[in-house]
Amino acid sequence: MGVLVQTTVNSDPVEFTCSEDESLLDVLRNRMGLTGAKEGCGTGDCGACSVILDGRLVCSCLVLGAEMNGKRVETIEGMAEGAKLHPLQQHFIDGAALQCGVCTPGFLMAAKALLARNPNPSEEEIRFGLAGNLCRCTGYDKIVRAVQSAAKEMRG
Amino acid sequence: MSIDSMTPDLVKKHFKVIGNRVRRPDGVDKVTGRARYGADYNLPGQLVALVLRSPHAHALIEKIDTSKAEKLAGVKAVITSKDLPDHTQGDRGLLDILENCMARKKALYDGHAVAAVAAIDAATARKALKLINVTYKILPHVTDVDEALKHGAPVIHDHVYTEGLSEKPTRPSNHCKYAEYGHGDVEAGFRDADVVISRSFKTEQTHQGYIEPHSVTASVSPDGTAEMFVCTQGHFVYRNQCAALLGLDANKLRVTASEIGGGFGGKTHIWAEPLALALSRKANRPVKLTMTRDEVFRATGPTSSTSVDVKIGAKKDGTITAAFAELRYHGGCFPGNWAELGAMTSFACYDLKNVKSVAKDAIVNRPKTAAYRAPSAPMAAFAVESVVDEVAKAIGMDPLDFRIKNAAKEGTKSSYGPVYGPIGIGPTLQAAKNHPHMKAPLGKNMGRGVACGFWFNFGGQTCVDVNIAADGTVTVAQGTIDVGGSRASIAMAVAEELGISYENVRSIVADTSSLGHNDMTDGSRGTFSSSMAAIFASRNAVKVLRERAAKMWEISIGEVEWKDGAAHAVGAHHGNRSPLSLKEIAAQAGTTGGPVAGHAEITADGAGVSFGTHIADVEVDLETGRSTVKRYTVIQDAGKALHPSYVEGQYQGGAAQGIGWALNEEYVYGKDGRLQNAGFLDYRIPVCSDLPMIDTQILEIANPHHPYGVRGVGETPIVPPLATLGIAVTNATGVRQTHIPMSPPRVLLSLMSKMK
Repeated sequence: MGVLVQTTVNSDPVEFTCSEDESLLDVLRNRMGLTGAKEGCGTGDCGACSVILDGRLVCSCLVLGAEMNGKRVETIEGMAEGAKLHPLQQHFIDGAALQCGVCTPGFLMAAKALLARNPNPSEEEIRFGLAGNLCRCTGYDKIVRAVQSAAKEMRG
Repeated sequence: MSIDSMTPDLVKKHFKVIGNRVRRPDGVDKVTGRARYGADYNLPGQLVALVLRSPHAHALIEKIDTSKAEKLAGVKAVITSKDLPDHTQGDRGLLDILENCMARKKALYDGHAVAAVAAIDAATARKALKLINVTYKILPHVTDVDEALKHGAPVIHDHVYTEGLSEKPTRPSNHCKYAEYGHGDVEAGFRDADVVISRSFKTEQTHQGYIEPHSVTASVSPDGTAEMFVCTQGHFVYRNQCAALLGLDANKLRVTASEIGGGFGGKTHIWAEPLALALSRKANRPVKLTMTRDEVFRATGPTSSTSVDVKIGAKKDGTITAAFAELRYHGGCFPGNWAELGAMTSFACYDLKNVKSVAKDAIVNRPKTAAYRAPSAPMAAFAVESVVDEVAKAIGMDPLDFRIKNAAKEGTKSSYGPVYGPIGIGPTLQAAKNHPHMKAPLGKNMGRGVACGFWFNFGGQTCVDVNIAADGTVTVAQGTIDVGGSRASIAMAVAEELGISYENVRSIVADTSSLGHNDMTDGSRGTFSSSMAAIFASRNAVKVLRERAAKMWEISIGEVEWKDGAAHAVGAHHGNRSPLSLKEIAAQAGTTGGPVAGHAEITADGAGVSFGTHIADVEVDLETGRSTVKRYTVIQDAGKALHPSYVEGQYQGGAAQGIGWALNEEYVYGKDGRLQNAGFLDYRIPVCSDLPMIDTQILEIANPHHPYGVRGVGETPIVPPLATLGIAVTNATGVRQTHIPMSPPRVLLSLMSKMK
């Protein structure tokens, strides 16, 4: 038995059947092949599975696939416009804001959601805005700077 | 392999590509979600594997009944230790690895694997685990390092007798190894001292905390070949160990390393890989095994918890006359040499006449200790630097000046034996003294700490191929895993040597069937050793390019020089020829002798030792005991920073891990010997809002044994933070901090003991 779900993922209409207890993260990774969101903990503590759901940042491991009916999901795979990177993506590369990179999709989703709410955040606001995402490699310094420089570029 | 120019005085100093902040080759994949990590690999027809783990800290496994699980529809294989027969031929270390992957007669820690299943989906595999019936006989356990060393403690292995004593003990014990390092006469040194200070310290166990859980996808074919896609710091080592444990020839097992989502030492050890292979072999299907975060905490990593005594004596003029340490570390449930590593590093920063470090390694009922970034050094540095700070204050000397006065230098006989070449401890201390951070005012309830640290760095076996395509573009294949940007650095080195642009060099990590053996990325060796091999491989390719140009010109190779990415004819007869670019030579390769390539296979000796000095300002809330880092500076010698951004990233990341360790992270074991905080909620690593910006200063004191002067940089940054913050909190509170982590309850307790 399963639940039939119609939803929108990165602007594409999508239909899938999933079991009642299947997380959105598992649906994205195992049914749609969208493996950019990562499972770091499965308990909502690391943010590596972050996606934007109807404009709101969520841990996709804590959301059920069955809840997606009629919703709009944005994942890391939809962040660039074709070959053109989003300014956050470009500044993460240029500013060496990633090392192993496994947390990077989650950080980019969180940073995008933050800048949508607050286009000109202070360092403290960035730090609190990204506090739900764990990075073990960088010490966050270059991540904060990359978000600052991307925000500046996006404000024009 | 031919090396044209590799003597210490020929370390290259002027660069076109090296030292720039180029974009990493894996950048776009990693910001778009395209990069494939361990769990992102899938094979047709793959099964889902799950592991059943012991809930007991120490128990005899009397019986495992898997019959019900095997009968469940959709279950394709169930394995226990019986499916992993001992192929180790008396190699006890390898047998320990196997026993850690799957318990044999006893479960040795909470989380120890006892059985595993492969099923058509995760739900079926979960059901199957519940149908496995294990009969345990619970045994007394011990999880504390000092308790484990006491007479009367439960003895975990009856075959372990203390190594390193003059006489073999008559009984087995948990004290697996004894070692001593040092020189001179410490007793005489203490008699000469004006001030002698002794203190005891403890540090708790921490996990590397990589964000990516271990994941492996394995497929064993009935023809005896096998392949494995896995997140690892060393796919060649995984290949060799897994093949040995499964009874396969090494060449039959092809291992492809995924992108690695952090390792820090924790992915230098095999854990679940032999289980995935054994399940695949039994089920005759590909198998994917991904650990949960709970399993990562319970069964992989962690570092040792420690107990350390330090005694230092000094004259009033600031000369250290004697230094002694006894270090007790545990290796988890198997023998290790973690205390020994701690002992070797303990006094490495100083030039000492009389020094002795004693190491006592122990076994406890905790997961097998794994390397964690400069393994064992941070805990030793915490204890030693804290006493160095205290002795300096006792004789009325600035602790930084005291360190500068006693710092090791070129020619110093180190406390662990070797005589140092050019080293950076003195310069990093001096740079700290001159740093504006040291002059910044401190606010209320704030304290500043300074401490230094050391790591050996390793070299090891390394192999690199440089292949030039017909269009003149270049691929460099390295065999060391890229954990933090080394592909960029290796490509830069190749571009530098060939004299072409960085954009024309693509670097990849080759699989185990495509390149010679490479040791793993540990010991800060990845960039050091692979850049060295890449430079030699490129120089060999340049020799081929010169030969081809000579052939095209019909002159001798001695009349061809390589400069700026092109062959130049030299000498009176040929000097007027137009240069032949790499691209032009490559285009003619088919008619001048075939493909152009350069290879290098080396044991990269001469990894330069590394030193760093850190400065931290910490504010302590005296009501709650919570410490907040307000400012942090890392100063470290890199030898030569190939890509400064990634060197800074190592400094910042190591400092952040050290800050987490110093202030918050710890494994909490209950009286039942079970881990109580196996998750990121209760084992809280620093988040973005916990940290300030982390300033860095890169010093470059060339390592004479690398063609560009490179030293490993990755591990040293985690060595000083425990001590730096311990001293900072001490200065903020007026109470000497002796127990890491300095979590709020522990700091409060120390404040209360002061009031008493």
